[in-house]
Amino acid sequence: MFGFEINWSYVLILPVALGVLVFALVLVWWERRLLGWWQDRLGPNRVGWFGVLQFVADAIKLFTKDDWIPPFGDRFFFVLAPFVVCAAMIMAFVVVPFDEGWVIADTNIAVLWFLAMSSLAVYGVLLGGLASNNKYALLGGLRAAAQMVTYEVFMGLSILGVVMMAGSFSLSDIVMAQADSIWYCIPQCVGLFIFIIAGLAETHRLPFDLPEAEHELTAGYHTEYSGMKFGLIMAAEYVALILLSCMITIMFFGGWLGPSFLPGFVWFGMKVFILINFFILLRAAIPRPRYDQLMSLGWKILLPLSLLNLLATGAVLLLI
Amino acid sequence: MEYILFIIAAAITIGSSILALTRLNASHALIYLVVTLLALAVIFFLLGAPFAAALQIVVYAGAIVVLFLFVVMMLNLGKSSVEREQRWLQPRMWYGPAVLSAILFAILCVAIYDSPSSDTTGTMVSPKEVGTELFGPYIIAVELAGFLLLAGLVGAYHLGRRYLSDRRS
Repeated sequence: MFGFEINWSYVLILPVALGVLVFALVLVWWERRLLGWWQDRLGPNRVGWFGVLQFVADAIKLFTKDDWIPPFGDRFFFVLAPFVVCAAMIMAFVVVPFDEGWVIADTNIAVLWFLAMSSLAVYGVLLGGLASNNKYALLGGLRAAAQMVTYEVFMGLSILGVVMMAGSFSLSDIVMAQADSIWYCIPQCVGLFIFIIAGLAETHRLPFDLPEAEHELTAGYHTEYSGMKFGLIMAAEYVALILLSCMITIMFFGGWLGPSFLPGFVWFGMKVFILINFFILLRAAIPRPRYDQLMSLGWKILLPLSLLNLLATGAVLLLI
Repeated sequence: MEYILFIIAAAITIGSSILALTRLNASHALIYLVVTLLALAVIFFLLGAPFAAALQIVVYAGAIVVLFLFVVMMLNLGKSSVEREQRWLQPRMWYGPAVLSAILFAILCVAIYDSPSSDTTGTMVSPKEVGTELFGPYIIAVELAGFLLLAGLVGAYHLGRRYLSDRRS
């Protein structure tokens, strides 16, 4: 009735939420191992087979640590912030189709829903910085807010080319539209480029982790966080990385499409995994820019570029 | 089902907007404002306008109130501003707005009661229809809004530029 059919997709809610969280935790270990490998050291390899169970050890450590709430801060916001950022990121998975029909809500505003949830995640970061009542946290929160609001603009604009070519905001329709033609990573390569950069800035991962830049802001907006609240913020960051990879897979690399000797969700998972490794490689390879460089890159290069891409896409679509 | 959801969303909207008005701490008030906007988005969704609901979250909650909160953080309001708010928010401040709101509410009630068909139940409007309407019959409104935003942008740029050149000299 309201743009989506309610069927057995309710069953998917719990597995998706838990699966994403567990995958995010394993990803912490995987990232550390890969970084260790690239930097000629071992990384965590003691717990379990090649250190796979490192995340269990980390979780036990986080659960048993002293969960300190700064008495000089805003207690309510301080507790609220990690939940907001984590909940927003997991909510975004509601519209992600893992295979044909494997989606919790196949609405025709799915792309906008993704943008809305990633823009709500700003509040977690902002409130975390504000509630800590600490100059480093405040600076980190301010940077995060400016950076995320800025890059949201190009993020939306860079996807619009894909939406125009598919003629729908629904992610399933976007994937199906790529079945008939070439995957959108070729015709929308400019959009893909902008989306990757904007997505990195939006998830504030290295090289764009200026809100939490260790060498200048200790840990930025989550300086005062400890114990499980810190764990939630950490998990949300990795969930955001998975979400970004899922979105790029769906919109630019044909989602679950692939040769039919493997089921669709396997193709989807493989593409997502390759993209995650690519982002980890970016973290290892590229140094962090200065904050004003990041902002001027956004407004002076990416914004005109994404508008031009939009104009060209529209012109080509009209001519064909 | 929709009716119950609507009642819940409407109650949250009213409650959180009252709290947004009466909080003394500016950042708390803004967070209640965000809750109001989210509840409004739910109402839009129930009325069959998912596109408007999504834009409500992206634009209002995701961009505009973030900027408000950003400014509050920059000003770093402390205890003194809470005390000042307390001085300003006295009972007698409420009389004027309350009378005006009561008149508006009465007009609204009469309008709803008089309107022949209050047909607001669930016809879905797809994003495509919204787009064709905006760039068809309502094109002038869209263009005017564009002019207004451009004027704001140029004004902000001008002010910021003067500040920068002052600081350099």
